[in-house]
Amino acid sequence: MNEPILAVGSVEQGTSLWKDAWIRLRRNRLALFGLVLLVSFVILALLTPWIAPYAYDDQNLDLGASPPSAAHWLGTDIFGRDLLTQILYGGRISLAVGFVATSVALLIGVTWGAVAGYVGGRVDAVMMRLVDILYALPFMIFIVLLMVVFGRNLLLLFLAIGAVEWLTMARIMRGQVQTLRQQEFVEAAISLGLSPVTIIWRHLVPNALGPIIVYTTLTIPSVMLLEAFLSFLGLGVQPPQTSWGLLISYGAETMEEYPWLLIFPGMALTLTLFALNFLGDGLRDALDVRGSTD
Amino acid sequence: MWKFIASRLLQAVPVILAVITVTFFLVRIAPGGPFDSEKAVIPEVKAALEAQYRLDQPLFQQYLAYLGDLAQGELGPSFKYPGRSVNELIAAGLPATAELGLYALLVAVCIGGVAGVLASLKPNTAQDYIPMSLAMIGICMPTFLLGPLLVLLFGIQLEWLPVSGWGEMPGDKLLPSLTLGAAYAAYVARLSRAGMLEVLSQDYIRTARAKGLPEWQVITRHALRGGLMPVVTFLGPAFAGLLAGSFVVETIFQIPGLGRFYVQAAFNRDYTMILGTTVFLSTLIVLFNLASDVLAAWLNPRLRSQFGEA
Amino acid sequence: MALLSVNGLKVDFTTRNGVTHAVDDVSFSVEKGEITAIIGESGSGKSVACYSLLGLLPMPPASIEGGSAEFEGRDLLRMSEAELRQVRGRDIAMIFQDPMTCLNPYMTIGNQLVEPLLCHRRISREEARQRAIELLDEVGLRDPQTTIDQYPHQFSGGMRQRVMIAMALINEPKLLIADEPTTALDVTIQAQILRLLADLQKRRDVGVIFISHDLAVVADIADSIVVMEQGRVVERGDRQAIFERAEHPYTRKLLAAIPGGSKAPSASTGEDLVQVRNLCTWFSQGKHHESVKAVDDVSFGIRRGEILGLVGESGSGKSTIGRSLLRLVPVTSGEVLFDGVDVTALEGKALKQMRRRMQMIFQDPYASLNPRMTVFDTLAEPLLLHGIESRKSVEQGVLKLMDDVGLARAFIRKYPHEFSGGQRQRIAIGRALATRPEFVIADEPVSALDVTIQAQILELMLALGQEYGLTMLFVSHDLAVVRHIADRIIVLYKGRIVEEGLAEQLFEHPKEDYTRQLLESIPGRQLL
Repeated sequence: MNEPILAVGSVEQGTSLWKDAWIRLRRNRLALFGLVLLVSFVILALLTPWIAPYAYDDQNLDLGASPPSAAHWLGTDIFGRDLLTQILYGGRISLAVGFVATSVALLIGVTWGAVAGYVGGRVDAVMMRLVDILYALPFMIFIVLLMVVFGRNLLLLFLAIGAVEWLTMARIMRGQVQTLRQQEFVEAAISLGLSPVTIIWRHLVPNALGPIIVYTTLTIPSVMLLEAFLSFLGLGVQPPQTSWGLLISYGAETMEEYPWLLIFPGMALTLTLFALNFLGDGLRDALDVRGSTD
Repeated sequence: MWKFIASRLLQAVPVILAVITVTFFLVRIAPGGPFDSEKAVIPEVKAALEAQYRLDQPLFQQYLAYLGDLAQGELGPSFKYPGRSVNELIAAGLPATAELGLYALLVAVCIGGVAGVLASLKPNTAQDYIPMSLAMIGICMPTFLLGPLLVLLFGIQLEWLPVSGWGEMPGDKLLPSLTLGAAYAAYVARLSRAGMLEVLSQDYIRTARAKGLPEWQVITRHALRGGLMPVVTFLGPAFAGLLAGSFVVETIFQIPGLGRFYVQAAFNRDYTMILGTTVFLSTLIVLFNLASDVLAAWLNPRLRSQFGEA
Repeated sequence: MALLSVNGLKVDFTTRNGVTHAVDDVSFSVEKGEITAIIGESGSGKSVACYSLLGLLPMPPASIEGGSAEFEGRDLLRMSEAELRQVRGRDIAMIFQDPMTCLNPYMTIGNQLVEPLLCHRRISREEARQRAIELLDEVGLRDPQTTIDQYPHQFSGGMRQRVMIAMALINEPKLLIADEPTTALDVTIQAQILRLLADLQKRRDVGVIFISHDLAVVADIADSIVVMEQGRVVERGDRQAIFERAEHPYTRKLLAAIPGGSKAPSASTGEDLVQVRNLCTWFSQGKHHESVKAVDDVSFGIRRGEILGLVGESGSGKSTIGRSLLRLVPVTSGEVLFDGVDVTALEGKALKQMRRRMQMIFQDPYASLNPRMTVFDTLAEPLLLHGIESRKSVEQGVLKLMDDVGLARAFIRKYPHEFSGGQRQRIAIGRALATRPEFVIADEPVSALDVTIQAQILELMLALGQEYGLTMLFVSHDLAVVRHIADRIIVLYKGRIVEEGLAEQLFEHPKEDYTRQLLESIPGRQLL
């Protein structure tokens, strides 16, 4: 649809809302810092097998736990394993859980909410009633239960966490669709004779995207927290795999003698959560998403 | 109002029933029976044990029997602590957990609320940035990291406070309560700031100012009620979160509470204990959600009059 | 000596994009017992000027850069916040525009009413309450003994505005500032509130500043008028001088924008293009699904080429009729015949074809355009959808539409948020005309616009109606506007037709009481 303009001398180029938001986001230093930090963590996680200073299962029992040194920048754990390597590999899992479980939540939640909001009426009532009921369930306890019953399985962890988080996503999406549907530009689109598919794709989705992006950014950290929480209790990721939550739990056991084993994994997790939250807050301001998502 | 409470209670019943059912069957279909781990149990003993725990009956009958017991408030015997019932274990753990939860909630609401309100009164100044930065740290620093760090600092380095226990030494309740409450204080601070900012921009605040009310009255009489509504609705989810958080905090500080029992039961595969605790905690959470809903509705005149009582 | 005299007032707003002089060297005065109206369109600084007197502007971004405001020998602008608070609500009280949001929803109106008394006087709670009840009675609230303990949501907009007035007057202020106090209200309620205000003002001898965007509203009540444009006073004088001998071109433009008289009849051929028969549109509402009869058994016809005005207050069902014709809301029963075909029975392709022939122009130009689509995207969409233009020629088609509605061609790649309200409404009109419709429904197309813009858009619609040979259903709450544009008028009340007739006839010789009441409520009707 973007053929060059014919027969017009000068054309003023408009600023789309996305461009506008990007300009505002760029002015927000904290958000930008969060974005840069996040991107670098993701790149590190992707490249870990090639850039990690030691092999994942390299042990050096003679060395034991040692404080940070030139050979081991962040020190070693009680088995003499390089902590930086452990954190890098743990980060892969933690970030993977964050992104995958959020994607699960996004997929289910957005679809569910969009259908409920667009179809409306009885279908909507039934669908949202189910969400309400599930909302009232004490999920944290359920996840613990699931992990106990079915063993500590990473795939199950993704699904379980995703299954909790989609509820809020569905509510937000439904709210968005409902408000947008009553907007006059959607009525205008209907009276032009556009098909529902076109209306959803051209008129609803682009306008609902803002809050979804913001909420997604804020869901990833809460998912990562949940994973770390379970791993800390010994109900999440299991050895030989590792994650930041697991590393923190090991670190907490030995913190009196070897505090670096607690502090560095803790910093990795906290920094990532900072980055995501700053970015989420920044996006919320930049995209002008009102109302609390909590 | 009573109608509202009654209707909400009615809605809570199926939820609780669903929790019981799902938990019961989940626990029963779990791979591995509860006595499989103990090697060389004599078949007769095993049979006797299974009979004692009704494991020899068909699953559905066990379920009905369990429901019957529950109706009488009976949660059944523990698998791992022979001779002790789940009721007794819960009764033993509940006081510490309840006290911890209460203190943590106080920390969350008092510290978080005050910080959030103060921040909202002077947005984009130091009075806003400092508490909000702290809140951000609170949100990004998980309980299971904050706890050990506080222990490391105040317990081990400075030796100001005891590092574990509950009610054994003076001051040993301080660190666990702070640890558990911190994250929720952070959420409350952010919620109350956002809520207050929203209300302070309302037209009726301008009306109050135009009347010549002193600023503190504008805030206490007109702004606080609406501004803190989001916090009230957050209380329900916060309570559920606090319970889960108590698992971690009780483990870190070795507090003999329900949370630690639950985690231990999970590791021991003490199924009746898991089942009983899950049912108990879930009911508590559902009821607390209900209470926070009712409170929010009661504070809102529009909702209140809708349910037929001024 | 004047009760209040403002001299050389300057207020700046400092934002990220620089400093704007919201109020620039403004002077005016208010006499005891007189009503001074400040008139201006949005952005003229009329409200800012008055709010700054009482320190009610958020500072920053606002800052008072100069001037003085003598009130009873003291300068309001130089008072400390504590001194000013003593003046607010005691000597100078305010009434605001939107009564729905100006009362605290969490407090009973009684508790809100007594606040100014308790705050400024030594008076017991019981006495204050008694005083509040007396005042509620005076502003015309029924049964104040019991209503005083109700919450704002239990009152209608008009009643809430009465409560606001009572609250402002409870301390017997010397000056009352009323900021667009009737703009959010229906026309009959507006007339009542204006009468009440004028009446109370006479009886209590208070000075009033009446802020409004609408000269017609103040035509009956103002003693003197100050006209503001872009932060400056462009003209001031007593009422007569302004209405009869206005000198400044802007004041004249404002006066000219008051829709007056009626238009030349359209070239309508006697045959009906649209016939509505026994139309009912009901909505189910609330938890018991009680049905609200928004449109209840309505029948009428629209002749080819005519402009039919549909008039009513809020809740009359006028907008729902428009939406029902276009199938934007589900119709409960009845028929809508368009060129002989029942629209309510159409589905699929036939419906799409029909939609091409009837289009709608919406009320809110801020909500009726997709914020993520450029002018080109918005206008090209219908052209391509209905195959009116090919992909190659679509740009020419869009440019033609932009020319027709008076939008500069250079704006073709701009987004809605970069336009003013009037410009957006032009885009929306262009979109409606893109499908070359025969019939257009205009739902309050000018009520969200400033008065001068309103006049431009109305002229544009009349001209385009001629050019495109349109039949139009013009829905509005504003009788003056409808009289200006419509050939025939239908008056609605609570979902039913009250009266129907030729525009001129209906205005000159209304048959029904309700119509008469509506006509008498038109502000400044002697100007028409």
